[in-house]
Formats: sequence, C-alpha cells, structure tokens
Amino acid sequence: MEKARPLWANPLQFVFACISYAVGLGNVWRFPYLCQMYGGGSFLVPYIIMLIVEGMPLLYLELAVGQRMRQGSIGAWRTISPYLSGVGVASVVVSFFLSMYYNVINAWAFWYLFHSFQDPLPWSVCPLNGNHTGYDEECEKASSTQYFWYRKTLNISPSLQENGGVQWEPALCLLLAWLVVYLCILRGTESTGKVVYFTASLPYCVLIIYLVRGLTLHGATNGLMYMFTPKIEQLANPKAWINAATQIFFSLGLGFGSLIAFASYNEPSNNCQKHAIIVSLINSFTSIFASIVTFSIYGFKATFNYENCLKKVSLLLTNTFDLEDGFLTASNLEQVKGYLASAYPSKYSEMFPHIKNCSLESELDTAVQGTGLAFIVYTEAIKNMEVSQLWSVLYFFMLLMLGIGSMLGNTAAILTPLTDSKIISSHLPKEAISGLVCLVNCAIGMVFTMEAGNYWFDIFNDYAATLSLLLIVLVETIGVCYVYGLRRFESDLKAMTGRAVSWYWKVMWAGVSPLLIVSLFVFYLSDYILTGTLKYQAWDASQGQLVTKDYPAYALAVIGLLVASSTMCIPLAALGTFVRRCLKRGDAAPVA
Amino acid sequence: MLWLLFFLVTAIHAELCQPGAENAFKVRLSIRTALGDKAYAWDTNEEYLFKAMVAFSMRKVPNREATEISHVLLCNVTQRVSFWFVVTDPSKNHTLPAVEVQSAIRTNKNRINNAFFLNDQTLEFLKIPSTLAPPMDPSVPIWIIIFGVIFCIVIVAITLLILSGIWQRRRKNKEPSEVDDAEDKCENMITIENGIPSDPLDMKGGHINDAFMTEDERLTPL
Repeated sequence: MEKARPLWANPLQFVFACISYAVGLGNVWRFPYLCQMYGGGSFLVPYIIMLIVEGMPLLYLELAVGQRMRQGSIGAWRTISPYLSGVGVASVVVSFFLSMYYNVINAWAFWYLFHSFQDPLPWSVCPLNGNHTGYDEECEKASSTQYFWYRKTLNISPSLQENGGVQWEPALCLLLAWLVVYLCILRGTESTGKVVYFTASLPYCVLIIYLVRGLTLHGATNGLMYMFTPKIEQLANPKAWINAATQIFFSLGLGFGSLIAFASYNEPSNNCQKHAIIVSLINSFTSIFASIVTFSIYGFKATFNYENCLKKVSLLLTNTFDLEDGFLTASNLEQVKGYLASAYPSKYSEMFPHIKNCSLESELDTAVQGTGLAFIVYTEAIKNMEVSQLWSVLYFFMLLMLGIGSMLGNTAAILTPLTDSKIISSHLPKEAISGLVCLVNCAIGMVFTMEAGNYWFDIFNDYAATLSLLLIVLVETIGVCYVYGLRRFESDLKAMTGRAVSWYWKVMWAGVSPLLIVSLFVFYLSDYILTGTLKYQAWDASQGQLVTKDYPAYALAVIGLLVASSTMCIPLAALGTFVRRCLKRGDAAPVA
Repeated sequence: MLWLLFFLVTAIHAELCQPGAENAFKVRLSIRTALGDKAYAWDTNEEYLFKAMVAFSMRKVPNREATEISHVLLCNVTQRVSFWFVVTDPSKNHTLPAVEVQSAIRTNKNRINNAFFLNDQTLEFLKIPSTLAPPMDPSVPIWIIIFGVIFCIVIVAITLLILSGIWQRRRKNKEPSEVDDAEDKCENMITIENGIPSDPLDMKGGHINDAFMTEDERLTPL
C-alpha cells in the first residue's frame, strides 16, 4: 500500500510557507535601491504592471503544476513530458547552488546579532592603533561600520586570487545557521508548517516597529520626500521596465522548484488561484513597505552625516581663525565664510582645500544595494539611534527570519524530489536525507568563509541563478502551454479544483509572459556580451574603499560552469530521453 | 629703577612665551561645546587653575619637584579660548624642554580634564597627542557566550526531534501485529455516544430499548 503524501495541516500553512519563501532579503535590500535609481515614486508604475502581467500568471502556473502533479519538480516535469524532465533537474541544480551561498548571509546575520549585545556596539567605534595615540589607519580612511564589515566580519583579502584560510568565526556561524535550517526541515511539512508561522509573521512585526521608529527619527522626512518624489522621465527609460520585470521575477522565487514542492503538499481541491494572487500581492506590498522604512532610515543617516559635516567645517574655521567657540552655527556659516574670505584672504585660501562642501542631496544620493545596504548603511544608521542595542537586535533578528524563511523554500526544492524518488527514500529515512543535504551544503559553504570568500559569494550571487532561471521558466511556460497542451491543463485544473480557468490567465501563459521572458533573456545576454570582461569590486585596505578588478581566468571558468551546469540539463535530459526511446523502439521492432 | 626692572622681567617673560616659541605649546578649549548652557567664562581665575594643574603635573616629574605656579607663563589668550604656555625653570631664564612637559601632561591629562569638566576632544594640547583609553576587553568575548547558548539549544532540539521520530517509527512497526487483535474486540466494544452507552444493533436479539419507557411508568401513579 502506498504511503499517503504528507499534507499541510491547513491551507494557511501553505500560504504562510509561500509568503515566507517569497518575502526574503531581496524585498529589503534590492527593491529600495531600484526605487531610488529609477525614479522614486514613478518606479511603482512599471512594477505593478509587471506584477499583473508577469508575476501573478507565472506564480499561478507553478502552483497549479505542483498541486496537479503532486510531486517535486523532477517528477512533476517528467509527468508533463518525459522530454522535459531536464527542467526539474535544472531547478534542483539551481536550488542547490542557491542554498550553498544563501545561508552564508544567515551566518553573517547571526554574527551581527551576537555582537549586538555589547555596549558600545562594536561597529560604532574604531579600534585603537598600536601605541594608543589614535585610531586604526584602515578604520580612519573608511568608516567604522565599513571597517567592522570588511575587516572584522569578512577579514577580506585584497583580491580574489589571495585565498587566505577559513576564518573560524564565520565558519562557526555558518555551522549554526545550517543546524537551525536542519532543525526546521527535519520532519518535513510537519515541522516546516509550524516554523513558517514565525518566519512569515515576525518580520512584519519588526518592520512595523521600525516604521514607527523610522518615521519619528530626525531627518526621516528628508529621505522620504527625496526618494518618493516621482521622476516621470524615468518611465521612458527601458532599464526601469527591465529592472521592474527582473525584480518581480526573482522576488517571487520562480523557477527554483520550491513553489512546485510546496504546492505538491496541498489538497488537490485547494484554490491555488486565490493563493497565487494573495502571495504575489503580499510580496509586492512588503517590498513597498520595506522601502518606506529604508528611505526614512536613509533620510536620518543623511541628515546626521550632513549635520556632522557642518560641525566639522565649523570646527575647522573656529580653530583656524580663533573665533569664539559656539559662534558658528548652521545658519550663519555661509555668511561668516564670506566675511572671512574677504577679511583674511591668504589664510582662507590656505585652508580652503580642507573645507568639504556639505550637501544633503549628495548624502541622500548614495544608492546602495545588497549586503552593503544591510550590513553597512543600516548599521551606520542604527549606531546613531538611542538604545542602539535594541534596534540592532531587532533588525538582525528580522534579517534572520527573512533569510531562514527563504532557506526553507530552497531546501524544500532540493529535498522534495529526493524524498519522492523511490530509490533514495527506501534506503534512507527522511531525517537522514535532510541531514546529508545540509552537511554537504555546509561543507561546500566553508569556501565562503575564507578571506576571499566574499568575492566567491558575489560570483554565485550574480551568475548562479540569473540566466538559468529565465531559461527554466521559459521552458516551463512553453512546456505547459504547447507540449502538455493548454486545453488539457485547463481541463485538469477544472477537474481538480472545480473552478474554470479565466481567459486572462490563458492569454498570459500562452503569449505575454513567454514574450516578456524572451526579451529579458535577450537583454541579459546582450548585456553580458557587450560588457566584455567581467569585473568585480575588491576592498583595498590601504585606501579604505572599493576598487574594480578583473576576474582571473579560473573565476571566469567557474562562472561558465555555474551557468552551463544548470542550463545544459534541459537539452541533455531531452536528448537522453530521445535516445532511450529510440533504443526501446529498436528492441521492440525485431520482436514484432 | 623698579619700573625698569619690571619691564625687563616682562620683556624676558614675553620672549619666553610667544606663539611658536621654543618649548611652547598651544592649548585650545571648547567650553561651550562641552558644557552648553552650563559653560563657565574663561577668566584669570581659570587661568590660575590651569597654571596650577600644569605646575602640579611638572612636580610629578623627578628633578622638577620645585616647580611653582609662577613658573608657568601664559600668553596670547584669544576669544576661542586658546593660548600658549611655557614652563620655566626656577631661574626663570630658560624654558623646560618640550619632551619633559609633554610626558608630564600626558601622564596627568585625565586629572587636568576633570579639573575643567572637559575631555580629550574639548581640551586640546596641540602637539601633545593624548593616550586614548583602550576599549574594555572581557576575557571571553560576549558573542561567544550567546553563540554557545543558542548552539546548545539547537543541538538539544535536533536530538529530541530525531529521537522522537525514531520512537514513533518503532511504535508504528509494532502496530500491524496489534491490528488483528483489535478486530476481534470490535464486536464486543461498547460504543459510547453522548455519554449514554448504546450497544451495537447485532449484539443480542430482542433487546430492550431503554429509550422507550414501559406503559406502567409513563403515567404517573394516581
């Protein structure tokens, strides 16, 4: 008798699992950056259009496939068409790459969380130099938050070639991160279903707390006004539309097989159309919500730095001209500067090069994304708040919840096909398979804890998933619509859920979404080809800033291998099935 | 005659204490920045205190125990507040070497700061770098303690979950042998519905249905 497939205890667990997976770090650290770069408030227009045209249909498609086939990605695509089983394999390979490097972010979040229990926060002050007469040189040139990130957390080497050894502190944190993930996926849907209640809802609690705190910070309105003022001319910029489409695509986590895996544990009669709309709307809403919080924090940080800059200039003028202490304020600074320039021209011109032009706009203009935003810019803002330990703990706890929620989806995408396969699940219990996957990922992940680890992390982050996912989802859409047959799929869904599929979804699946994906694909390919040699940002300790360097040959080979290993699965598997069928037909013929 | 001597003495003093003179140091105070509304005015009394603190610092240097307040000379006091000072030897003809003054001030910088309610940023001796206080370094870094706690909790939780999974599986393996016994018992089982025991229908033929009262009991006796 076949063992019953484990199910979600109730539909709410499924929705929470999807939300927990889709709402991840990208909502917090990529969307605000895009919003800032491509016209502030007006970026919402292409974003919402792409959500309706691309995000919802593709999400519904994946959930429907998973719920209908009731298997992980490999089994599901093999059922749709034996020639398409490569799509499932490619999904698993991409998920494997993603889980390898994604958990390192959780390790860093743990590191910062543990360090938040100190007074003062370790990234708020520079350490002293050798003879205690001043601060460490690297820290002086950069800032204390950058120093803590590049030197204390990563201990980064000057280039990719210099590997260094494995750092034991991040390695311990990575081990802990994998243990926590293992704890959550240990029992399959039984344990995952309960954990996602927390990983989906706690980040919202923290975001609301931060929203209230952020809006009441001094200078927050500067940031909000600057960022959200729409720059309508950006709507004509094709890059805005492309980035909106890309953001929707990657933010929902399409193509990894996680959504198929989650949906496969559903009751067949589940209304996945409603859930698809809910999940995609909540995902986009969270992005916008997080960007409000981020912009108010930006505004606070920019205002703080601007006022600090003014203070420094005042101090310089006061000391050079022996003016009365406290005489110079922000309001009379320009007047006094003019007066001094005319009264003491020689002295003024002597010290003029040292005066920085303090500008609030230039402080607000610094657009950062990714780990730089999360671990450098945010910590810089937090260290200037009152009771900074509390805000720091809350913030990194939220990052952890977001990261672990996404990791649950990633590992589900790898484990569901493995536990579905009869060969593996008959020999090993579920716990052992999960343990093995976590162990392998953790061992390979130690590469990212070396001194050059952050450069490898950037390679994986930029190249492991981008092109492959676009190809996978394109083949998925074409496979369902044209190989399996749109009409057949529609009647399957109607029989399964009892509801007809609206014409809107059919038009999107068959026409609009594949066209969109093809254009994204073409754009990315041409971008890579036109750029020529790929470059990366390396940290130069002597200057205290990032410098651009070229990738060495073996790094380029690794990039090529990453992209090839997932994309080649699709044609190779199709070829393999074709060859096997030919051989079978060849065997059958002599018998007849 | 006396006036001449006085002028001579002040002239020598003026030579000894001058901006940029040998062994002279510039001092800069930012009282309003440090104290805001509670800032005190810089007057000759404060200058006297300053001279006293410098003399006190010098007296701690071996061979300089005889330094008096009158040996410390201040000049060029500006509105900033900033001024220059030198420390002379008992003969008042030479100034003490800069190195000695520097080391004396560095050793006692904390006392001098406290006397004026200032700190290293608001009371600056240019050319005398202050020794910065090293940060407090606990023997075991705090982060390791918290890491250890969470690590142990996670390991215990994993072990519990794995063990309970193994135990559940062993219990399920024993169940197929018990299922056959249960089927025999089924017929004899009394199902309880709504707290009233009701026997299954095919138990005994001709069973009295307790729900229906006998004729005698229905009518209350007269």
